[in-house]
Amino acid sequence: MSEEKKKIATRDSYGAALAELGAEYPNLVVLDADLAESTRTSVFKKAFPERHIDCGIAEGNMMSIAAGLATTGKIPFVSTFAMFAAGRAFEQVRNSVAYPHLNVKIGGTHAGITVGEDGASHQCNEDFALMSVIPGMVVMCPADDIEAKACVRAAVEHDGPVYIRFGRAACPIINDTPDYKFEIGKGTVVREGSDVTIVATGICVGSAIEAAEKLAADGISAEVINICTIKPIDGELIAKSAAKTGKVVTVEEHSVVGGLGSAVCNALAELCPTPVKKLGMQDVFGESGTANQLVHKYGLDGEGVYTSVKEFIK
Amino acid sequence: MTNKELQKTANEVRKSIVTAVHAAGAGHPGGSLSSADIMTYLYFEEMNIDPKNPTDPDRDRFVLSKGHCAPGLYSVMAERGYFPKEELTTLRKLGSRLQGHPSMQYLPGIDMSSGSLGQGISAACGMALSAKLDNKDFRVYTLLGDGEIEEGQVWEAAMFAGFRKLDNLVVIVDNNNLQIDGPIDTVCSPYPIDKKFEAFNFHVINIDAHNFDEIKSALDEARNTKGMPTAIIAHSVKGKGVSFMENNAGWHGKAPNDDEYAKAMEDLERIGAAL
Repeated sequence: MSEEKKKIATRDSYGAALAELGAEYPNLVVLDADLAESTRTSVFKKAFPERHIDCGIAEGNMMSIAAGLATTGKIPFVSTFAMFAAGRAFEQVRNSVAYPHLNVKIGGTHAGITVGEDGASHQCNEDFALMSVIPGMVVMCPADDIEAKACVRAAVEHDGPVYIRFGRAACPIINDTPDYKFEIGKGTVVREGSDVTIVATGICVGSAIEAAEKLAADGISAEVINICTIKPIDGELIAKSAAKTGKVVTVEEHSVVGGLGSAVCNALAELCPTPVKKLGMQDVFGESGTANQLVHKYGLDGEGVYTSVKEFIK
Repeated sequence: MTNKELQKTANEVRKSIVTAVHAAGAGHPGGSLSSADIMTYLYFEEMNIDPKNPTDPDRDRFVLSKGHCAPGLYSVMAERGYFPKEELTTLRKLGSRLQGHPSMQYLPGIDMSSGSLGQGISAACGMALSAKLDNKDFRVYTLLGDGEIEEGQVWEAAMFAGFRKLDNLVVIVDNNNLQIDGPIDTVCSPYPIDKKFEAFNFHVINIDAHNFDEIKSALDEARNTKGMPTAIIAHSVKGKGVSFMENNAGWHGKAPNDDEYAKAMEDLERIGAAL
């Protein structure tokens, strides 16, 4: 299905959404750390050069500058690779931004293994874990262009710190339904089923849908849930599905430690204890390769998810 | 205020510092005492602030980048009328607005939460930049420790401030020469401090941190300096005013016991009486 549909990388959606929102919100400012072309904030910069602040290669400083800007009523979007936003500047996010609950939005681009050829130094598979553990932080990972733009708007409308992960790899549009509505903390059932629940986030939603189609050919009915908001997670939606299917598989381009899989397990442990299989990076670093090769190698493409689900529910 | 009035006020602030830290049984008296004169001048003379309206968007801002000197900031704020002085003895206690390090979520009038060294100066840059973006004329003051400037983020912020020509920003370094592990030039020397800020395109002024004429003239000079931020290197005495705490790194983060507290207050009473 994905071949016929237009594919867009969510980092492109990010830049486009910022430029659109910049016109609506005169207090929206964008900070970058020498990566404006890569993070696509260059689109905003072109439209609003005076509100684009390049901080140079100094992410910790950039994060605390954003905090200072927020104390004066600005809505700063801090943009850099997920590795440096959530990783390098973790303590500034924790102490400068989140502890005072300042209205700073963090856009972490080039997340996960699909950053590809750059290799493990740049493949952040830890950002959900790092950001989720901070009190009051909202953590989101959109699955396509439509959701990415909706996420950015929702972040602007939300009062408080928000982390959004964006990817470099183009991904198919899956939310082009007439009744699509985005809300922070709400997941969506993108395909109904009764034998197994596949909970996915980001680019892995496409893989989950592909896997569900293959499973259907084998007579297995898989329900697919798209979880954009990792925190606060939509535990009720997941528990409702788990109660119906009795088996849950999580899929994420992130470590299986501390990410979507962990959040799903936490929710199910309280609401509906269910066997869970966590697909993702199995406590290993990534490596160089094309995005497609890596997604395949680590079992996160449609085929990999299909195989793992079959094995799990056997 | 006259210099004498400022000295008396700062002496009251110092009494509050040792009283609060003694009551808490923990805290940082050394650097609070060394920066008491500067914070007194900022809050009583320099800054455009109103304790009754601590969220006025056009107010001047103060960021205590060396957040551990919260007892100094709280004591000055109480003296200035932000909250009752009696509250100072709740410092660090459960339920107090006076958290161990300043928190804007807890206490109105705190312009930025701080405590993790090196981050406050960056936040101050963000505030100063915001004023520039909005063509507002509020000014931003931030106080750093001389040990704190060993943090790399301080120099990232200095590079940003110099590059952005944030002439509404004043960075004050409380140069008392002592950090926890000893004299700063024996731990990991940041000297020469003035030359470093000059290299980052700051206007730099060296002053005696306990001389109100010099504090005043430096801050006046900063206000009249256009096109670049100002760094004031304030040469101070750690523990200033309390004889046994002066120039003693051991009093960086330790509370006086009852006997030491009595002695400290005697010292400060004597200084006050002589003024």
